[in-house]
Parts: sequence; structure tokens; C-alpha cells
Amino acid sequence: MTVTTVDRDALPNPMDEPSFLTSENTIASWLFTRDHKRIALLFFASITFFFFVGGLAATLMRLNLATPKGLLQPAVYNRMFTMHGIIMVWFFLIPSIPATFGNFFVPLMIGARDLAFPRVNLASWYVFNLSGLMVLYALIMGGADTGWTFYTPLSTIYANGYVLAAALAVFVNGFSSIMTSLNFVVTIHRLRAPGMTWMRLPLFVWGIYAVSVVMLLATPVLTMDTFLLGFSRFTGIGLFDPRHGGDPLLWQHMFWFYSHPAVYIMILPGMGVVSEIIPCFARRPIFGYTGMTMALMSIAILSFFVWAHHMFVAGISIYSGVVFSLMTFFVAVPSAIKVFNWTVSLHKGKITFDAPMLYALGFVLLFTLGGLSGLMLATLAIDVDVHGTYFVVAHFHYIMVGATVSAFFGALHYWWPKMTGRMYPEMWARFAAILTYVGFNLTFFPQFILGYLGMPRRSYTYPEVWQTWNVLSSAGASILAVAYTLPLVYLGWSLFWGKKAPINPWRATGLEWIAASPPPKHNFPRTPIVTQAPYRYDPEADTFVSQEGTPYAE
Amino acid sequence: MPNSAALVPEVQYATIEQQGEVAQLGMWVFLVNETLFFGALIFTYFVYRTTYPHAFAVAGKDAVLWCGTLNSAILLTSSLTMVLAINAGAQDARRAMVVWILATIGLGCAFLGVKGLEYYLDFQDQVVPVVDYFAKPGEGQAGELFWVFYWIATSLHAIHLMTGIGLLVYMLWRIRRGEITSAYYAPLEVVGIFWSFVDTVWIFLYPCIYLVGRS
Amino acid sequence: MYNWIPFWPDTAAVSGHAVNGLFVAELCLSAVIMLTVVAMMLYYVFRYRKGSDATRAGRVQKTWHFEIGWTTATLGMFLILFVYGAEMYVWLFQAPRGDEEVYVVGKQWMWKVEHPGGQREIDAMHIPVDKTIRVVMASEDVIHSFFVPAFRLKHDVVPGTYETIWFKAHKPGIYRLECTQYCGLQHATMQGKVVVMTGPDYAHWLTTQGVHESMAEQGEKLFRAHGCSGCHGANSTVHAPSLNGVFGTYVHLQDGSVRLADEAYLRDCILNPRSFTVAGYPPIMPDFSGQISEGDLMKIVAYIQSLSGKQETRR
Repeated sequence: MTVTTVDRDALPNPMDEPSFLTSENTIASWLFTRDHKRIALLFFASITFFFFVGGLAATLMRLNLATPKGLLQPAVYNRMFTMHGIIMVWFFLIPSIPATFGNFFVPLMIGARDLAFPRVNLASWYVFNLSGLMVLYALIMGGADTGWTFYTPLSTIYANGYVLAAALAVFVNGFSSIMTSLNFVVTIHRLRAPGMTWMRLPLFVWGIYAVSVVMLLATPVLTMDTFLLGFSRFTGIGLFDPRHGGDPLLWQHMFWFYSHPAVYIMILPGMGVVSEIIPCFARRPIFGYTGMTMALMSIAILSFFVWAHHMFVAGISIYSGVVFSLMTFFVAVPSAIKVFNWTVSLHKGKITFDAPMLYALGFVLLFTLGGLSGLMLATLAIDVDVHGTYFVVAHFHYIMVGATVSAFFGALHYWWPKMTGRMYPEMWARFAAILTYVGFNLTFFPQFILGYLGMPRRSYTYPEVWQTWNVLSSAGASILAVAYTLPLVYLGWSLFWGKKAPINPWRATGLEWIAASPPPKHNFPRTPIVTQAPYRYDPEADTFVSQEGTPYAE
Repeated sequence: MPNSAALVPEVQYATIEQQGEVAQLGMWVFLVNETLFFGALIFTYFVYRTTYPHAFAVAGKDAVLWCGTLNSAILLTSSLTMVLAINAGAQDARRAMVVWILATIGLGCAFLGVKGLEYYLDFQDQVVPVVDYFAKPGEGQAGELFWVFYWIATSLHAIHLMTGIGLLVYMLWRIRRGEITSAYYAPLEVVGIFWSFVDTVWIFLYPCIYLVGRS
Repeated sequence: MYNWIPFWPDTAAVSGHAVNGLFVAELCLSAVIMLTVVAMMLYYVFRYRKGSDATRAGRVQKTWHFEIGWTTATLGMFLILFVYGAEMYVWLFQAPRGDEEVYVVGKQWMWKVEHPGGQREIDAMHIPVDKTIRVVMASEDVIHSFFVPAFRLKHDVVPGTYETIWFKAHKPGIYRLECTQYCGLQHATMQGKVVVMTGPDYAHWLTTQGVHESMAEQGEKLFRAHGCSGCHGANSTVHAPSLNGVFGTYVHLQDGSVRLADEAYLRDCILNPRSFTVAGYPPIMPDFSGQISEGDLMKIVAYIQSLSGKQETRR
């Protein structure tokens, strides 16, 4: 029996081929698709939905906090902040860039026709939605009220809300993460086009690879954690209950062993996106490509060794605290290197200020500020003061919202023409980017001050003397809400009335820009042969060379 | 469907060999994940075992040693039959392949049978936390944690074993359709890797459950 | 010293001053780094914008020197911050013997405070100024966190164990006490005040609380009521460790480990004797878990702490 090898070059010419968006139009063709691009859009719909659900919770919270008297019943507020955390972390931030742009662009950027396991990819979306239904059930029935961290014994014994439902939703969600990340790791290892060596991979692909490694190693621990938590709550077994010999700190260690890497899961893809956008809009190669790849991988690995910095005042031994503080400072070094490299990547470039670039530059500044506040938290004696206050809330929102959400919007605008075949209205996009930046800083900078003044987090009310700062923060939140809704409007508009996009509107070097806008079902007419490093932009000569070797004038 | 059509690789693969190798890599990567899953559980066990060594030793005495040991022998043998099945596949010995797969399924079911008997004996010993638990003298409260670990770990292991059996049945179906031949038997290898993992997990669970306090 | 900084919170303890210094140093460092990044970005973005005529020739090719340079500088700076912070942390959390001890029990949603003399308060803690106060904390239910912003100090209060902190206030006044670990419905209102009084005022306050029995005296009553004196008392025939002067010594346990006999150790022995049997003694002490409230446990511990005498030296 002979084995046939299909002649890849014999596939129909893509210029004749219909785009992946229009090639099949039935609902079934979308719901049972194996095309990574369609699955990316399916994920996009799901996470956008949850972004607005989580955002609605945040809106209610900030409305409540505008006055000490508040708006919501304490129990409702407590459930709002818990569900806001759970939904934003697991149902928006963690899947956001990987499941949408990762799914869409990793095969394109490495010159492949799809991911290694397309059915697993689709299954990941279904499992995500199943977990989404579960968390919506928990929310609609009244919500859990333990904080997204589910600290025991509050969550296992004393809490009255829908803790089991929420924990099970997170449990199921983990499987979606695992499936997606497994796909990416195997794809990046084995499906790169000829000539696409590891050190020619675009930094976005490195970012997705790094995040997938972290997801694979960290998520199973969360799976076991949520299982044990649900089991404890359901049966009353004292796994984490001191009255029955259990240890509340064991829960914290196990939880943070996953959740600290999780926060790096939320930032690494954003870093990858920014490393794509800055070289393109500065028209020059990234500064220190090798250093950037090593920084991504070191962050991924070191992230597993710092978890107890969330527990400096929790009752761990002071010597453990010292060790984890040291490790935390170590993990901050590669992040600092990246900030320097991004900034210096502007030197001697030819910079334009399209919306993706505005989001990318905003990312760098907000990430730097958030990271500096992280240094303060890594410093043991300062953390003793500001742990559990709004200082921490401000820190993580600077990174997760200021940085990651900016990167998400940057990616959205950068790749919109490729995904949809349409250009978005540039002026509206720039306005939204700037509005986001203003609204964000107004919302979260006052929270640093509130934290240092001593306002605890997870509080539905506060002493009147702190009202001014809270009002400023709530005002900023209203601006931010507008800034995040605007893209929905003008991007939606562009789908029908936007200018048709050329194949490479940004004149970028990646392989994804040699496929049509939008690409056909199988991406490339023939598998590209890669001969160039990424980001071969030359600002002096106003030329660039795509990764498969074709030189272009601007 | 003609046999040769089954050997066309999916569109993202250049050759069927690549598809087979990538499938195996996928399973290995998944197993790293599974190792951390079971690892987190075993870690919890060890935290409590080192905190309450005496209670665990007393509680562990009720574990049915002969069941656990017999099951270890059954499972190790099944790993052997699994490898023999893959070998047969590589040599295109279709009948032998089916026989060895059936043997593996049989041994897997035997494991489940012995486990079921052991669960029945455990109920009689009243070592089922929450449902019917009677603490033995000297156990304190921590002994119940030993049994929580026992029931969770063995159930999860059994679920994985049942999945493995299901996958083997699926393999038999694919063999019947002529899709597993010496030209392409990667699916069988993937299942074999998973089966070996299920066996390995048991090798770690066995001393944790049956050998605690018996030195 | 830093009160000129706008909105700077009050500082009322020695711990607060130490942390202030470190915080301001890091704030300045952060400002410098942030301004550098902003300035560089603004400069590059202006000078190298698309329309400008600045030369793009001579772009740096070998980036390693810069990268190694700023990596080393960053790492060096971080290590300095680490050492500064770690030293202070070890000092902040190593509770010394103290001039005065106060016992706190956190529960949903209030702070119950008791002084060794038996004075009790809810959501308030009166302490004398310029004295080292040692606070032993327990939780009746979930994890809480005892935070005094003016002291820049907090520690979680964890059920199942004792946590100990210390502070030394230097300025009389009333300072906010917060709970900073979400503990359920009324977490946001689990507040109180720490009232720092001058020595004479504090002594006067102690006498006006209408209390007749100190904690140790109440503890002695509980010690007898629960049958502890049956084995640990002077005339007992049971082979049980003597508790005279045990507090503060090192105890050798059955499993070979050595533990300092502090409050947490004594609580562990009472609630989980099987795991903390002293070497050379039979494991026969009954288990009191679930039978004694946190408040009563503290009284018993206070009583044992008050027992003087010399422990027989072992090995």
C-alpha cells in the first residue's frame, strides 16, 4: 500500500478562492468549522460578551463607590466584585489574545495551513462556552461572594453565595485553556514553514509560545484546586478547615501557585503584540530581538517561583517571605529589559501614530507604571503596609487593564484589515485610544493614593474623608466605559461600510501579510519558504523585506 | 471508504508521518499537564502526611493491601500487552494486534473489577468520609483526610482508566475499518502512551495508599 | 518628616517611620525611572516622527552592550531594594518580648480585644505610648487582617493558629484600625480604633474598666475546670510535662523536632496533642479541639505564661 503525499501546490489559487469569511455561509459551517480563523472569531464573540458582563459589574461597583452611602446592598456589592474578578480573569483576560489573535495568526505567521489539532481547537471553544454558561448561572442565581481568590475557610464554610457553581465554572474553563495551549505548543514546534527557524519567529509567536507553556504547567494545578475546593464545600470535609485539621494556608499556596503564573498568562501575549506593532509603525527592527525572546521565556519560567509574594502577611515564615521577595525582583528584571528595548526601538525610526501604535505606546507607559508599583509590592516592608488595600488594586489594573487591554485593542486594530478585509475609520480609532488612556489613568491613579491612605480593598463603603479620590476614580471609569464601547460601534460600522483593505495596509513584514485580506480557508497558495529574520524594516532607505524574502519599497 | 484515502494527511500536514509524530508529541505534552494535575493532589497528600504522620499511619492500616497489590500486577501486565499490541501493529500482524488490545482491555476491566470489590470492602470498613466514616482510635481528625485522598485519587485514576479503555475500543473500531496499519499506526501509539501514563500514576498512588505506616 | 507631601497619611509608630523612608525612596526611584521612559519616548517620537528630517543612518547594530548594561544596572538596583525591604520586614515581624501584651480575637465582623489585666474592648485597643506592645491574634472563624495604617503595619489573623505582631506607638492619638482580608458581608465595616494614650492616662484607663480578674486568673480557673491540673498540676501522679516556666523555652518533641514554647505552641498542644507530644512522655493527653473558645484559650495561655520556675533541662 503506498502512502500518498498531497501536492500542496496543487491547491486552488487564493486569488480565485473565496475568503474564509464567505466561503461557506451556513450556521453549521461556522459551528462545526475546523478553520482556525473561524474559531478565532467564535472565541472573539464569546470573550467580547464576557468583557461587557464583567464591565457591567465594574460599572455597578464604581457607581456604588462614588459615595460612602453607596447604591447597592452590601451583599450585592460583594458578589459584584467577586464575579467581576472571576469573569474578567478567566472569561476575558486569559483567553483574550491567545484564543482570538493567537488562533487566527499563529498558523499564518509561521506559514502553516492550520493548527496541529483543529478539532481540539473547536472543542476548546465549546468547553469555554460550557464554562461560560456555568458562570452565568452562578451570576444570575446571585453570584459568589468570596472574592475571585476563594480564600478558605470563608469559601468552604462561611460564604452564602453560589461558590460551588462559580468554582465549577472555573474548573471547566481550565480545560479550555489547556486545549488551546497544547495546540499552540505542538504547532509552533512542528508546523513551522521551511526556513522559519526559532530565531526567525515573530515575537508575537514567541509570546504565544511562552504563554502556552505557562498555561500547560499551571492550569492543571488550578483544576485540582477548584476540584478540591468544590469537594470541600459540597461535602464539608475539612481539607482547608482548621477545625478539622486542615490548613487555610494550604489553599492559598495551591491557589497562588496557579494564579501567579496566571497573571503572566495575561500579560505575555500583550507583550508579543506590542513587539509586532512597534517595529511596524516605527519602520525599524525591534531592538534586541534575542534579548526579547529570552526575556519572554525567563518571565514564563520565573513566574512559577514567586507565588508566595501574595502571602507576605498571611502567616508564612519570614524567611520564606525573604526568598519569595528575592525571586520576585528577579522576575521583574526581564520585564524591565523589555520596556527599555521597546522604548529604544523608536530610536532612528520613522514613526507614525496610527491607532495600533497609540495603543502600543500606551501599553509601554502603563505597563511601566504598573510594574514600578509592582516593585514596591515586591519590597517586603512596603507590602506589609499596602497589601490588601487599593494600592494592590491599582497595581494589577494598571497591568491587566492598562497594559493587556490596550494590547488587545492594539492587536484588534492592527489585524482588523487582515481578519475582515476592511479598514476602520482612523480618526475615531485614535480618539478612542486617547480617550482610553485618559479615562484609565483617571480611574486608577487615585487608587494608588487611596491604598496608601489605608482604604482596604473589597469594601462596599469607606470613611467619608476618602470620598474625593473615589469620585475621581468613578468619573474616570465612566470615561473608560465610553472609550471601550466606541470601538464596538465604529468597528461594527466598518464591517459594512469600511474601505476595502489591501493585502498589506501597514506595509509589514510578517507572513500573515502575504495572505489575502481576509485570507482564504487554507491561508497560502503554497507553503512559504522563509529566508528572512522578522522586522526587516529600513527607515533610511524606506524599504522593507517580507519574511519570505520579497523586498518592497514603502 | 477506500483504505488509501485514510492515509491522506490533514491539510496542515505535509506527510502522514508528520501527522503521526505530531499526534504523539501532542499526547506527551498533554501528559505533562496531567502529571501536574495528579502531582497537585499528591502534593496535598504529602503536606498532610508530614503534618499528621501518626494519624495517616493508623488510617492507612485499613487499606486493602491485597487488592492494591493485585491491581498493580494487573496494570503492569496490561502495559506489557499494550506494547505488544503496538509491536504487532508495526509488523502489520492484524490479528495479533487485536488480540493484544483485547487483552489490555480485559486487564483494564479486571482492574476496575478488583477496585469495585475493594470499594465494597471499604464501605464495610466504614472508611467513606462524609457518607459513612468511623474514625479508628488514634486517628484523630486527620485520618479522615487520608481517606479523602484515597477516594479522590482512586476515582480520578479509575476515570482515566475508563477513558483509556474507551480509547482502546475506538482503536478496535478503527482497525476494523482498516485505518491502522504498519504504514500508519500512530493513533495506537498515542493510546499506548496514555495507557502507560495511567499505569505510572498508579505506581505513585500505590505506595501512598497501601504502604503508609507499614514499614 | 514627610508630612509636607500632599495627602500624606499620619505616622504614629516607629514601624511607620521606617516604612515611610523606604516608601519615599522607592517612590523617588519610580518617578525617576518613569520620567526617563516618558522623556525618552516623547523625545524619540518627536524627533523620529515620519516627517522629520533627522538622520536615520547609523542605527545601533550590536545591541548586546546596552542590554547587558541596563540589565546589570536594573538587577543591582533591585537587589538593593530587596535587601532594604527584607531587613525591615524581618525587623517588623520578629516580635520581641514586649513591655505589654494585648490579645485580639477577630471574628465576623468585629475585633475583640483583651488586656492581661482582664480589661475588654470591642473594635478598640487602648495602648500606652512609647511602650513595645506585643499583640497575639486569633480568629474565631475566617481569615481577617489586622491593619493600622498609621503604623504601616498589618498581619493576617488566621483561624487555627496564633499570629503575633508588635508595635511601638510614639504619638498619642486615635488611629484607624481596618480589616484588610475580605471576611464576608460586613468586611467593609469591620473597623475600629487604636487609642494611644500617655502612660498615666493609660494606667488610669485600665483601672476604670470595672474588671476584677486578670486574664491569667481567669485562665487558672479554666485550667482547673477543664481538668488540665489533673495531669499538669503539682500533685499529679500522671507523667505529664511540668508547665512551670515552660513559656519561652525550647521543647523537644516526640518526632525529633524542637519548638519554641510560645503562645502558638501552647495552643497547638491543647488542640492537637497527638502531633505535639513532648519527647519522653506517653501520648495520652486528651484532645480539646472544638471544646474551648479562642477567647478562653487565650486566657489559659496567659495563665501558663504567668507560671514561673525553671524547666528541668533535658539532654
